Amino acid sequence: MYIIEMRNITKEFPGIIANDNITLQLKKGEIHALLGENGAGKSTLMSVLFGLYKQEKGSIYKNDEEVNITGPGDANSLGIGMVHQHFKLVHNFTVLENIVLGVETTQKGVLQMKDAREKVLALSKRYGFDINIDKEIRHISVGMQQRVEILKMLYRDNEILIFDEPTAVLTPQEIEALMKTMKDMAAEGKSILFITHKLDEIKQVADRCSVLRKGKMIGTVDVASTSKEELSEMMVGRKVALSLDKEEAKIGETILEVKNLNQKGKADESGKDKLKNISFNVKAGEILCIAGIEGNGQTDLVYALTGLEEIDSGEIFMEGKDISKAKIRERTESGIAHIPEDRHKHGLVLDYSLAYNTILQTYYTDTFQKGGFLKKQTILEYAKKLINRFDIRSGQGEETMTRSMSGGNQQKIILAREIDRDPKLLIAVQPTRGLDVGAIEYIHKQLLAQRDSGKAVLLISLELEEVMNVSDRILVMYEGEIVADVDPKQVTFQELGLYMSGAKRDEVKAV
Amino acid sequence: MNRSGVLNFLSSILVVIVGLLIGFIILLISDSGQALPAFATILTFGASSMRNAGDVLLFATPIILTGLSVAFAFRTGLFNIGASGQFTFGGFVAIFIGVEFLFLPPPIRILASIIAAALAGALWGAIPGLLKAYRNVHEVISCIMTNYIGMFFVNFLIINHLFDQGRGTSTRMPSDSNLPTMGLEHIFRDNIRASHVNSGIIITILIVILVYIILEKTTFGYELKACGFNKEAAKYAGINENRNIIFSMMISGALAGTAGALNFMNGTGLSMSIVDALAMEGFTGISVAFLGLNHPIGIIFSGILVSYLYLGGARMQLFGFSIEIVEIVISIIIYFCAFVFLVKSFLGNAIKNFGKKDEKSKKQDVSKGGTAV
Repeated sequence: MYIIEMRNITKEFPGIIANDNITLQLKKGEIHALLGENGAGKSTLMSVLFGLYKQEKGSIYKNDEEVNITGPGDANSLGIGMVHQHFKLVHNFTVLENIVLGVETTQKGVLQMKDAREKVLALSKRYGFDINIDKEIRHISVGMQQRVEILKMLYRDNEILIFDEPTAVLTPQEIEALMKTMKDMAAEGKSILFITHKLDEIKQVADRCSVLRKGKMIGTVDVASTSKEELSEMMVGRKVALSLDKEEAKIGETILEVKNLNQKGKADESGKDKLKNISFNVKAGEILCIAGIEGNGQTDLVYALTGLEEIDSGEIFMEGKDISKAKIRERTESGIAHIPEDRHKHGLVLDYSLAYNTILQTYYTDTFQKGGFLKKQTILEYAKKLINRFDIRSGQGEETMTRSMSGGNQQKIILAREIDRDPKLLIAVQPTRGLDVGAIEYIHKQLLAQRDSGKAVLLISLELEEVMNVSDRILVMYEGEIVADVDPKQVTFQELGLYMSGAKRDEVKAV
Repeated sequence: MNRSGVLNFLSSILVVIVGLLIGFIILLISDSGQALPAFATILTFGASSMRNAGDVLLFATPIILTGLSVAFAFRTGLFNIGASGQFTFGGFVAIFIGVEFLFLPPPIRILASIIAAALAGALWGAIPGLLKAYRNVHEVISCIMTNYIGMFFVNFLIINHLFDQGRGTSTRMPSDSNLPTMGLEHIFRDNIRASHVNSGIIITILIVILVYIILEKTTFGYELKACGFNKEAAKYAGINENRNIIFSMMISGALAGTAGALNFMNGTGLSMSIVDALAMEGFTGISVAFLGLNHPIGIIFSGILVSYLYLGGARMQLFGFSIEIVEIVISIIIYFCAFVFLVKSFLGNAIKNFGKKDEKSKKQDVSKGGTAV
């Protein structure tokens, strides 16, 4: 008997089958990992279980009894709780208020917090959560916020706990603590579903592992008797080539030079310095990669370089020219191309056509306008050219609404637009996030092609494998500082991990 | 018309029909005997003679422009709820020039009135624009304030500079300060009298076309819409969003100011009263903009439709309905217009589902028949 069994689940979205006849069985008291690449259908499957989506086919059983889950309320009453990748917390409520939200005890309409307080304190103590339940959410760290989410599930006496990529935002110490908590909870008889694409974590805590690929269930294996290599092969569908074919870098002149960059934190956020004394340079013909755990200042560094945010102090030189105070467009024109981290927020106007997005950085040049009027024909022809060259797929060609396109093809629009401007420096921030294997390979090859044609490439990535494969040189950022400047050929994954977690640091001097 | 154009048109028509039905129910409740003839009047009066048709265009003129004003701001991501104040301010400046600048020959005086009104509206729109761009004050708040400031300021100016003691309103303009009729009175008339419809409607349509060209064909429009759709992406592309916010509010204000000029120069002898009430044209403009789905060309039609309803509605008083009931019925119809986007998405989904079913049944047919072509 399984505590939860999802049988033959199929869930379709327009144009894609996110879950194709998937069967997943969860035993009581086990930690069951759900492994798969971005877009494999893990989150969709869990959303079906949590009642956020309704499956087209298949059914869900709890202890062999069929259940109908139409919303999170149903899931909750069946004892299913979920910690979402992006926490669902009210920021100006206290920890305690967040925990009871939705299941408050009231007497004649007046809130009764006394019992709740005792229960939460007891739970917090039992799992060794060192948490002040009267603090407002916005004043506690991300790791603490996650504990609030866990307490929320425990407070509701949930016995089936879903964790959606819980370690993506945590420091190594916090990950360590979370792993322990998960083991404790499993030992008490709770059953845990753990979504991830990190093999190490699976080896560390999971009992069994189900692997999804492109919406299909590849199989469920016993973790102890399966190697990491086997798991990754199941996940990707082929032997994973650990390194790309690339030629020796032909390093040229310095293109970008950054000196003593500082960015103070805002008082209303954590207040910590965002960037501390950042100095480095990028040369023509090299791919410099900045590695680090999310939220260690990489985004702030990119904003500072591209001009999206003004810097407090320091200097930025582009081919020897000071651009520290230059406007965004001046920087773009000085030869910086920028593939932004969030393509929907910065990279595209989703309600513009594909063609209009290809001219976002150049619409004002004489190529595309005359006397203030857009040259529609030229723009359409230009878009057509990029569509062919970069193999951008869409429903209605250059007139397609960008919003209706797939993530990979949206990313290709940005890539095409930025590369076709023939920049001297390409800043690519997590350019492969959320893309499938084919698109990832394509983008890596384009980055290499840029480097081989003598461009400088600055790649910001969270994926260690990408960092090791693509880069010629690696800088590691930790809490707004550069803590390592290493050669990918001479560094190991483990070492990089130590740098990224702040456990190890070198004195880094500007080269 | 393409598919989405058909959808837009259908959803606008649908909300009007639903609004009319509910308006009819209200009439039935208030006086069931007279409801039917009164309702028939709303539906037919505007088209019952060429003179009435002319009046529809006459009253449509200012609300098409205020509608365009709201829509223009909306397309660039701003909600200009201040069209009322800009309208009043523009109207006052137009009257002032019409009354005081008699040394100018009439054609130049009329042109000066319109241009000055547009500038006054732009100035009044620039205030919320500046506050939004440099102080991050939400434009809805500052627009509400500029509405009231505009109204009281204009009252003050009229009392001190343009007061007609006898009538208690602003001084009446000489008739040669009014817009020329350009022969329209020969077309739009019945046996007794001609409509006052004048060149204002022609000017309005020209302005609508101009705005359409700015939004759809120019780099300026490209920038404005980029800011409206996605401010962050516009910033990323090096577009100066603050400058665009100010320009957008100024153009929006200029359109509402022009509406004020064309309204008070329409030759019906309108003058400004000293009342503590905001000009309704500014708010009607919001409904007109929504009903026209914020598209310049759509707004011409929605403006004419709303004007048509007002004209017929006012006529219902003949059947013994009090002016308040008339107002309620018209308001309900217009209120429903605000649901047009909701209806559009419903319709869109319904059509999509219908299409799916269609495909499915086709597939089944094929499988049943056993042969696929």
